Amino acid sequence: MPFIPHTDDDLAAMLQTIGVADIDALFDEIPAALRVGGLPAVPPGMSEAAVVRLMRARAARNVDSLCFLGAGAYEHHIPAAVWELATRGEFYSAYTPYQAEASQGTLQLIYEYQSMLAGLVDLDVSNASLYDGATAFAEACLMAVRASRNRNSRRVLVARYLHPLWRKAAETLLRGQAVELVELPSSGGRTDMQALAALDAQDFAAVCLPWPNFLGGLEPVDELTDWAHGRNMLVIAVCNPVAIGLLKPPGKWGAQGADIACGEGQPLGIPLSSGGPYFGFMACRQALVRQMPGRIVGQTLDIEGRRGFTLTLQAREQHIRRSKATSNICTNQGLMVTAATIHLCLLGSEGLRRVAAQCHTNTRALVAALTSLPGVDLQFSPYFHEAVLTLPQPVAPVLARLAAAGILGGHDLQADFPELGHALLVCATELRTAEDIETYRQAMAGALGMAVAT
Amino acid sequence: MRREDLIFEQSRPGRRASTHAPATIAAIDDLPASVLREAPPPLPEVSELQVVRHFTRLSQLNFSIDTHFYPLGSCTMKYNPRVSNTLAMLPGFLARHPLEPDSHAQGVLESLFDLQELLKAATGMSGVSLTPMAGAQGEFAGIAMIRAWHLARGDTGRTQIIVPDAAHGTNPATASMCGCEAIEIPTGPDGDVDIDALRRAVGPKTAGIMLTNPSTLGVFERRISEIADIVHAAGGLLYYDGANLNAILGRALPAGMGFDVVHINLHKTFSTPHGGGGPGAGVVAVNSRLEPFLPIPIVGKRDGSYVWLSEADRPQSIGRLSGFMGNTGILLRAYVYMRLLGAEGMRRVSGYATLNANYLSTRLAAAGFTIAYPQRRASHEFIISLKDVARDTGATAMDFAKALLDRGFHAPTTYFPLLVPECLLIEPTETETRQELDAFVQALCEIRDLAFRDVGELKRAPQTTPVRRLDDVRAARQLDLVWHSRSGTVN
Repeated sequence: MPFIPHTDDDLAAMLQTIGVADIDALFDEIPAALRVGGLPAVPPGMSEAAVVRLMRARAARNVDSLCFLGAGAYEHHIPAAVWELATRGEFYSAYTPYQAEASQGTLQLIYEYQSMLAGLVDLDVSNASLYDGATAFAEACLMAVRASRNRNSRRVLVARYLHPLWRKAAETLLRGQAVELVELPSSGGRTDMQALAALDAQDFAAVCLPWPNFLGGLEPVDELTDWAHGRNMLVIAVCNPVAIGLLKPPGKWGAQGADIACGEGQPLGIPLSSGGPYFGFMACRQALVRQMPGRIVGQTLDIEGRRGFTLTLQAREQHIRRSKATSNICTNQGLMVTAATIHLCLLGSEGLRRVAAQCHTNTRALVAALTSLPGVDLQFSPYFHEAVLTLPQPVAPVLARLAAAGILGGHDLQADFPELGHALLVCATELRTAEDIETYRQAMAGALGMAVAT
Repeated sequence: MRREDLIFEQSRPGRRASTHAPATIAAIDDLPASVLREAPPPLPEVSELQVVRHFTRLSQLNFSIDTHFYPLGSCTMKYNPRVSNTLAMLPGFLARHPLEPDSHAQGVLESLFDLQELLKAATGMSGVSLTPMAGAQGEFAGIAMIRAWHLARGDTGRTQIIVPDAAHGTNPATASMCGCEAIEIPTGPDGDVDIDALRRAVGPKTAGIMLTNPSTLGVFERRISEIADIVHAAGGLLYYDGANLNAILGRALPAGMGFDVVHINLHKTFSTPHGGGGPGAGVVAVNSRLEPFLPIPIVGKRDGSYVWLSEADRPQSIGRLSGFMGNTGILLRAYVYMRLLGAEGMRRVSGYATLNANYLSTRLAAAGFTIAYPQRRASHEFIISLKDVARDTGATAMDFAKALLDRGFHAPTTYFPLLVPECLLIEPTETETRQELDAFVQALCEIRDLAFRDVGELKRAPQTTPVRRLDDVRAARQLDLVWHSRSGTVN
């Protein structure tokens, strides 16, 4: 029997101890009308060997490509040690560390994660993670509404070029609490500082600034941070954790720094894996920590005065506060954070900087190669890590031809941002080589119906 | 005692791991200094061997299913098959970019489509969405669908969600997140919902009720059909919290009990890892009336190929819950597990989980422990109350929990549900041997003996863990959430 250790003798002895004839008798409190004899639509069980065969065949049915697609999920190198360690049974099969004395490994690891993440975004404190970037963004909006000095406002300003899928997810999650996202004016692929005056007469709880934005654009974060703080708004930074190895961290924006930082942790050692599991990160200034959702680990002492770690500030959480909790969240992405913490240690700050710099340099090389083709132009600069190209024809058929040639050519921006025309978002991480970029250039020329110059 | 320095304390300036980053730093000459970082992020500078040793040692400070019996009530800590992990981590699954064309991901999509069908069969429901990333998000999706269903019918005044007092804390928290008000109703002395209180609670404001069945009291709600009739007659819908689905798998269907929507914790019933606190998966299944409102994306089949269905296909959907399509890697692990088990294996899960719980409950009762609902049949879990021991000796449920750690057992769930004083909620799961259960009974008996003999010694537990009892008050009052170099090296 799969995973059930009972021998016939065990079963007989246990039934006798309980005083019933068979296992079915243990379900005698379920009304007869509700009982079913089995699950006829479920196929019979399989041996491990048969399931291995099935899943290997399924994995082989997927099609691998040369990837120039980013748009919120990035193919980076993941050191072999990361998942070797993260999938050790003591991490993989441990529960949430509520019994602190029996969970010091996970708790110390989360404390180290919180320290690294807070340092990376240059804010005071971090939580133990949330589900993914989109939900972290939504939770940051809710947190800002709770914490804002503009107490009556349930509206949050958001840059137009934030990840469109994150915005949709946030709208689902914010609807129940009547929190509304209002778009900032934009031009040239980023927020338009000149047009902000129109918002001056209104109350907002916070402003959300992506860094870099969905187009790879660099928002005027210093000016926007000061503008928002001057109007009692909180500033939420939505950032790529690899990019801020090189870009100015949220804590240094403007005169006072951003108040909350959140984002998608996937670039820190998490496989693409069809979109999940990833993890969302969140950090904030110390003064806001009691409004932060999710688990938080703190350092303390045991009865002998030794350092130890424990979940803390649990009075914010659903198992204590029930309907008055800061969120219904009772999970963090523990295993993903385990991997990310190991990943950050293996890279170190110099390694992270180099990865970020190489991503940007490769993307610049990609932009140079593709814009050498007639009719292909760069839409905006400066950019970081990702860039928007204009094609001389609609993007979708071009991407389909590239896909047929084994290349994921980027993300079609037409549906979400029609003002950009035939716009293609491209990205080359540190893994792309000069040969990869040349392969793409030639394939793009072919996909656009041009003769290829080699 | 074992301890391990923080990785920051092992760091030395200029030390590198690493063949993991580019060998040189590329010049950034196209960006103004105003957008660049001035000081490098304060990450540790350590060798790869230091990293491997550090995290291996940290792992050894944990209890886990792989190392210890984990009778944690309502958490279903069963064995996580290794093969589920191995197969979900095949390179052909890990390399999938979430925005690649559906044609490139047919092997993933087919597996997820099959998983949707298996979950429909296991619940009796007609529609499934796999996108919720944890139980709490499944709850959110369920209540949001109930709200959307009422609103789509123009019934705008239904804002109350009824929740029994034994419910998980997520239930009332979810109601609040969905803009609803949680109305708590009491439990009767036999552990079933107080039907008269329910009758008084329902009305034109009732959006629905959230129930776990078997409940967190470890007993099957026998009058569930009557409850369904009362709530439906009042115009509300029924939400099944699938936390305890392990207890009835293949024996009864949430749909048959009258529920309209159910969330399933794949990390409980279908044995995906808890990972030290996630990732989970809280998939939702619904009957036909709620199907149009399911969260997107959903896997569909069109012209012989598998496709992601989104806004255009499901215009009434409550929307997206994640950046992409949820915790796919976890879904694949659950799928592998379900294929290994098959129909008979699933029915055996509930059978042997219930056998183990009833055996343990019977043995503990025989040993003189107080069972919270002795007149009831235990489901896959049960509660003992240590109220009498506490009265006679001063030893609390927490003392028992800590003393169990010293004897090599993870503690059961303590002080939940809130309505049983000094309680331990015990769920052994089907994957434990009779010998392990016997050893657990013996440990509890020894601890009780110690309570009567020398309660002071009991209160000193745990003594064999990497740290002893921790000062939680200090942790909350003198918040120390991140390491600073000023903290210095602790020797």
